[in-house]
Amino acid sequence: MNIIEVKNLSKSFSDFKAVEDISFSVAKGEIFAFLGPNGAGKSTTIKMLTTLSKPTSGEITLNGFNPVKNADAVRHSFGIVFQDPSLDDELTAYENMEFHGVLYGVPKVLRRQRIEELMKFVELWDRKNSLVKEFSGGMKRRLEIARGLLHHPKILFLDEPTLGLDPQTRNHMWNYLSELNKTEGITVFFTTHYMEEADKIAQRIAIIDHGKIIALGTSAELKAKTGKATLEEAFLSLTGKVIREEEAGPLDMLRMGRRMWRGGGRK
Amino acid sequence: MKTIYILWLRQIKRYLRSKSRIVGSLVQPMLFLVALGFGLGPVFQKAGQGNYVEFLVPGIIGMGIIFTSIFSGMEIIWDRQFGFLKETLVAPVTRLNIMVGRTLGGATVATSQGIIILLMSLVVGFRLSNWLLAIPAVVIMFLTAFLFTALGTAIASKIDDMQGFQLIVNFLIMPLFFLSGALFPLNNLPKSISIIANLDPLTYGIDALRYFLAGAGANHFGVGIDIVVLTSVTLLFLGVGSYLFNKIQI
Repeated sequence: MNIIEVKNLSKSFSDFKAVEDISFSVAKGEIFAFLGPNGAGKSTTIKMLTTLSKPTSGEITLNGFNPVKNADAVRHSFGIVFQDPSLDDELTAYENMEFHGVLYGVPKVLRRQRIEELMKFVELWDRKNSLVKEFSGGMKRRLEIARGLLHHPKILFLDEPTLGLDPQTRNHMWNYLSELNKTEGITVFFTTHYMEEADKIAQRIAIIDHGKIIALGTSAELKAKTGKATLEEAFLSLTGKVIREEEAGPLDMLRMGRRMWRGGGRK
Repeated sequence: MKTIYILWLRQIKRYLRSKSRIVGSLVQPMLFLVALGFGLGPVFQKAGQGNYVEFLVPGIIGMGIIFTSIFSGMEIIWDRQFGFLKETLVAPVTRLNIMVGRTLGGATVATSQGIIILLMSLVVGFRLSNWLLAIPAVVIMFLTAFLFTALGTAIASKIDDMQGFQLIVNFLIMPLFFLSGALFPLNNLPKSISIIANLDPLTYGIDALRYFLAGAGANHFGVGIDIVVLTSVTLLFLGVGSYLFNKIQI
């Protein structure tokens, strides 16, 4: 059974086609990697799958539900670790977990138990009462992963989850996720720029570039198709060696602005 | 219900943790109260209008409330930019609940700012006409705060960066405050100013506060009209805010 079904999905922003007519499916319990250079359309696709953005055309079925028509049922079905941080810096690690658990309707006793379990797993339990703004990038990432798992989703989306993590933490995290995949049958859908990660963990890999899926198959199939020895070489031969420019969002400007406001005192 | 509560709680916790914000948003109103209250007090008295500090305090409370509540509503901009908004938007909670929880939280924060300004004005020499009437006054503060938090949320749903923020302060909050009758009596105004003041929802909030804090004689429209206007505008803004918030895409 396919837990994710995507048919002829497109997304345009005024004159720019971010995603163009892509179709693929992910089987229940599969670990699926979604690879592509910067700006290829990975995050846009994930946003559409996770109800954050509406497709321009095409159809998505996630755990049997349509994200546009039945957003609530879809939202219950997945957990997500976003590419950019999505924690509340002014809350403690524990409060961030608690907030998530309440929003997802995890009953109190179970919630407390799972929070402890997950925070111990990501080795943040002894920092549970620290404000998130005191955390390093890696610690935030670990907390987000723990949070994404709190409501035991059927599908876990990970958008570049290992960005900025050291090899120890990455290894630890993937071991845990593989374990969860085996024992709980949780489907994992992830993007990454580390090819060896995709090679090792993913059962199937899709490569997207300029909004289109240009290859889909197991790592061995992709290597065979391109005649290359490693996935990295296969990836480069499929997507070319030109470095992609990605436009900077207003985030950096805003960070500056926020500091000024804070310093200014009113806010 | 629990989800509304946790969203409310988050706003409260964030407020209590930013001490500089609490202090910062109290300094400005107190400066207005002291400088204008004592500076223009003698002129006001000579014009036969009575005690200016007594007249001014409800207006200054309104000032504290409008600033804090619109800013609270607009915190969505920060949440959007710093990613936390995504976390709430992918959760299986209706957007209406998210909006209501946040707005209640922001309104509670702004109301407590109003109460602190009231207490501080007692130190400066303000006297309540009747202590018991401080309770309905707090209800009015909350209603006013709720109205402007909903407005802030509605605006922030349409803005996705900080460029617009200063614009909102200069072209919305400042005029709403200065033209509300917070600083001057509403009778005998030039026609144009009078019309604008009558269209400004803050006018009604401050007018109702005057009724409860400074006595029935200080009230202009009648407290019943004030409450009806405040309630209907609140519902309107809440409706518009939910609609716009519902349409947010990341």
